[in-house]
Order: sequence, then C-alpha cells, then structure tokens
Amino acid sequence: MATDIIIHDKKDNVGVVVIEKITPKQDCTCWVMEDDSSTNIQSLDEIPLGHKIAMADLNEGDTILKYGHDIGKVVKSIKKGEHVHVHNVKTKKW
Amino acid sequence: MFTMLKQRNGNNMEIPKSFLGYKRENGRAGTRNHVIILPVDDISNACAEAVANNIKGTMALPHSYGRLQFGADLELHFRTMIGTGCNPNVAAVIVIGIEPKWTKKIVDGIAKTGKPVEGFHIERTGDIGTVMKASKKAQELVMWASEKQREECPMSDLWISVKCGESDTTSGLAANPTVGNLMDKLEPMGVHLCFGETSELTGAEQVCATRGATPEASDKFMKTWNSYNDFILKEATDDLSESQPTAGNIAGGLTTIEEKAFGNFQKIGNCKFIDVLEPAEEPTKGKGLYFMDTSSAAAECVTLQAAAGFNIHLFPTGQGNIVGNPIEPVVKLTANPLTVKGMGEHIDCDVSKILTREMNMSQAGDELIKATLRVANGRLTCAEALGHKEFVMTKLYRSA
Repeated sequence: MATDIIIHDKKDNVGVVVIEKITPKQDCTCWVMEDDSSTNIQSLDEIPLGHKIAMADLNEGDTILKYGHDIGKVVKSIKKGEHVHVHNVKTKKW
Repeated sequence: MFTMLKQRNGNNMEIPKSFLGYKRENGRAGTRNHVIILPVDDISNACAEAVANNIKGTMALPHSYGRLQFGADLELHFRTMIGTGCNPNVAAVIVIGIEPKWTKKIVDGIAKTGKPVEGFHIERTGDIGTVMKASKKAQELVMWASEKQREECPMSDLWISVKCGESDTTSGLAANPTVGNLMDKLEPMGVHLCFGETSELTGAEQVCATRGATPEASDKFMKTWNSYNDFILKEATDDLSESQPTAGNIAGGLTTIEEKAFGNFQKIGNCKFIDVLEPAEEPTKGKGLYFMDTSSAAAECVTLQAAAGFNIHLFPTGQGNIVGNPIEPVVKLTANPLTVKGMGEHIDCDVSKILTREMNMSQAGDELIKATLRVANGRLTCAEALGHKEFVMTKLYRSA
C-alpha cells in the first residue's frame, strides 16, 4: 500500500507527510523507517507535503521527538492527527 | 579505462575505483581545469574582470573585501585567497591587487603548489597598463592549461565537501541520508570528506560531538560550537525565527533549529570526524571526514570548503537552493518531488523515489555516486551550465 506518512524512529511522536497533501479525516498509512514497521492514523487537518502530523495527543510543555531526539517543545496543546508546526511548537534553543 | 572494485554493496553496484582528473604539480588531482584571475581586494575587481573578458577561457573571481582587514579576519582573507588559488581544480592563477605586498603574499602562497601563478599590482601603473600586462600573461597561461589532459586518478584523489540548503523535511528523510550513504561507501576508499554549518548543528551538537573519532576531535568540536553559539546569543535580537529556520525551511515543514540540525546531521552517515578545521583550513591528517567551522549560508560555506582544497561538492536541497561555485562543481540532489517538477534544471540527482519507497537508501547512494563521478569526469553540473559562480568571502568582523 502507498505510504502517506514516514516516521523516522519508533520513539517519534510526529510523522512527515510524503504525498502532496493529506486532507481532514483521511485514513493514512505510516511507515516507520527505523524498524520497517507500519501503522495507521486518521488526520484531523489538511497537511501539505513535508509537514508533520501528531501521532499522539500532546500537551503544552511536552517534547516533540523526531529522529528519536528532542526537536522542540509544545506551546499549544495538539490532538493526535493535527498539523504540528510553528503555531504549536517552538525551539528550546536561542 | 575504469578498473572496477570487486567490492559489492546491497544493490550489486560495483563502485568504480578511479575517475578522470587533471593531475597537478603537488600530487593532488582536479575535476576541473580553470585558469582564474584572482583580485586581492574589492577595488581590483574591475581589472580582474577586464582581463577575463580579454582572454577567453579564463575566469575572474570578484568579491567584496580585502582592504583594511586585520587580525583573524585578515588571516581568513589570505587563507581563502591562497586556498582558492591552490585548489587542484585551478590550473594556473593571475593575482591582481592594488598594492604589491599583499599581492605578493598571495602569489607566494599559491606558488608553493608548483602551479604557474603571477601577480600584478595596480598602484603606479593604473588599470589599463595592468590589464594589458596581466592579459598577456593570462593568454600564455590559458593556452598552456588548454593542453592538459584528463588522466586516470584513484578515487582517493576525490576530496568531497557537503552542505545542504533550502532544506525541508524531505532533506532529513531522504536527500541528506543519501549523502550519508555515499560517505559510508566512499570513506573506506580513502576519500577526504568535509561537512560544516556550525550553527545548523544547534540542537544536535551533543550527538554530533559523540561522532568525533578521538576525544580531542570531540572536544574541539564542542569548543567550536560553543563559541558560535555564544556569538549568536550575543548578536541575536530575537529568537532567530525566519533566519534559523529560514522562511523557506518553514514553508517546507521544518519547525525548529533542532529539527533542521538532526536532518542536517544525516549527511555524514555513520562516519566519524577525525579533526575540526578552521574556516578555509586545509586538512592535514590524511583521508577521512573533517568538520569545518563555517557559516550555514550556502555560498560562504562552499567558498570556504573549496579554499580548503575540496574538489567536488554535494549539495542536498529540499525546497530548491540554486547555489554554485566558480571552481568547485556543486552537484545537487533532492528528494522533494515538487522541487524536481518545478525547478528540475537545478537538480543533478533526483532521489524523490525514496519517499514513495520505490528506491531504498542504498540505491539512492549508488545513484549519487554515479552522478558524482560523471561530474568528476567532466560533465557540467546544472549550476555550472546555468552560470552559478557564487564566490563569497566570509568576513569575521568590521574592518579597521
């Protein structure tokens, strides 16, 4: 089956959209690169190619994990399936 | 012509053992055969460009600096000028400056390679007289260089630098790990490798430090990164949003500098760096991977790597950076299908099939090795065909 979302590491709580866009309520197939496993998720937002989707419910202050590493903090709570980007995640640096 | 290694990898591609390069007097090999007209300073650009216009097949490298610099900033200027002239992609050099002393210093630095180099200064002669004298010498040099032939050179004569730009999440997913796959395959063949972008390792700096081949290399990396970070914290007027990540990065889905850094870091594969280089410093510890302290601005970084002697550059991009360099060919790859579709004339190697899982990382690495060798053997890069010659000096602080 075609892959809609790629997840770097099984610890990650976000995935990356790899088709032109996904639309709300789309049932998406996700592939985890690290262990070649698959999972599914239903999207809540329209999310374009290259942008991230939350794989779990996330609260303010939570850490976003990608590549299995800390890439920033949640500044506005995010539901599983929502778009994750600069409106709800900020750097912990600078 | 090419002897094949019996070495096999996942896809049964036999990695060629050699490429066709220009052998230089000092034992290095070039992938290009340029004759350059190098201005020492900003006010000598007009003269250098006039000579390059007179003598076909030569190339002027105009830039913005070289006057009243001092201290470490002046040392970097000389290192970049001399290193550019010494690069094995350059067959011969004409140096033109306003004053004799700094002109001679650069000529003497380049002459150590054994390649033909001659300097001219403009004071007391003026532009027109200097252009005439320098043009006569440039004609002699370019006609001499035109007889150089490509010869079979071992893969270890490749010095490959890497830098990514206009990155997006497809860079970290696919294009950057493709470069990492190439590094993993070519490092055992004795190739010199170099990555940089100190600021764009922010967030991944601790993980990067663990990739030093020795405790000394790791310590040196952390000192370099801390110094850069202190500078950023001192000069920053905001949280650097829109500078790091850039607006283009954000449009492509990258949210934070940490995310960008971990993507960036994929370029070195599983290699460990053996030393940390100053900007434009030539590596002296032999084959293997080096980290260079550079800005993350594309043209500045590639200019510094070229000045350190790297003779072919790999540039993964997401949203579509278009940078080139006058002396070091820049091979671009992307995994973003929209970038391939919209600006394919800039892309030398398309690895977008990784995203659709029609291509695995090892196959992508093989494709990149093939593209790199074609360019090493003489095929023009997209950036060369489109005339990209971004030569950008790094300036550390204000002049005196």
